[in-house]
Amino acid sequence: MYFNNIQELWAMAGHGPFVWAAYGITLATLLALLWVPLRTRQQQSRNLRAYYRRLNASATSLTDGEN
Amino acid sequence: MWGWFHKWSSPRWFYQLSGRLLPWLAVLTALTLVAGVAWGLLFVPPDYKQGNSFRIIYIHVPAAAVAMAGYMVMAVAGAISLIWRIKLADMVMKCCAPIGAALTFLALVTGAIWGKPTWGTWWVWDARITSVLVLFFLYVGVLALYEAFDNKEAAGRACAILALVGAVNIPVIYWSVEWWYSLHQPASISFTGESSIHPSMLRPLILTIIGFYSFFAVSLLLFVRNEILNRERNTRWVRELILADSKV
Repeated sequence: MYFNNIQELWAMAGHGPFVWAAYGITLATLLALLWVPLRTRQQQSRNLRAYYRRLNASATSLTDGEN
Repeated sequence: MWGWFHKWSSPRWFYQLSGRLLPWLAVLTALTLVAGVAWGLLFVPPDYKQGNSFRIIYIHVPAAAVAMAGYMVMAVAGAISLIWRIKLADMVMKCCAPIGAALTFLALVTGAIWGKPTWGTWWVWDARITSVLVLFFLYVGVLALYEAFDNKEAAGRACAILALVGAVNIPVIYWSVEWWYSLHQPASISFTGESSIHPSMLRPLILTIIGFYSFFAVSLLLFVRNEILNRERNTRWVRELILADSKV
């Protein structure tokens, strides 16, 4: 490792706040770009199950899709 | 070739293929990003002029590169959906917008944070930075335009045209540091000649660039798969998939 100890790594000779802020914001943004579609998927599954129950009740038939 | 094209454009086939690809892409993303970031933060010596602030390069450059590449994906998908009316292309175009906007935001913010200790300022209205800000507004514009239409087919066409017209900004961003006098340095990595960045600094950067591209693919596939399920809800395969899901 280039730094001698964890304090030096944290301080980065004065540039620590800049470097760690940049990496922190990046980590948060990337996690959000995974969390948003994963959460949407869960909500969508619930909504679609309710949708199919309603369809069943009204006896509408589904298509095969294009392929 | 047309059979291949037709197969690729099938939402169902794409959903199944992407499901098989996702775990591999996720592993590739995690490995390259963790290794590249750890290497760049902990092991590379500081820059002789910029000191440790240069370590921001390992997220700033990949975010900016993928933000631009993502725009090209969006514009090409828009063109395919306009010309051949392929539903899947429209979904890909729509799903590029939030990811691209977020990555462009990251490029701007990490650039500003890097600029403060290096240039002495968070922001300058120079060609590179302003054209990347325009890129951000283009992504946000596509997002907003899509939501502005009730008719999603019309929304898709309008967004595809906006994405295509906005593509003129990509070469402007790329060559802005050559065409205009700029605080921003020109590219350090060259595919044709010798790179002006030291190999010890370049190697982790290559890892994080691969990691960001792979991350873009993972996030895009997750968004597109949701879009497929939503738009193909009236097909049997989606119903079977959703009902099978609920039993687990």
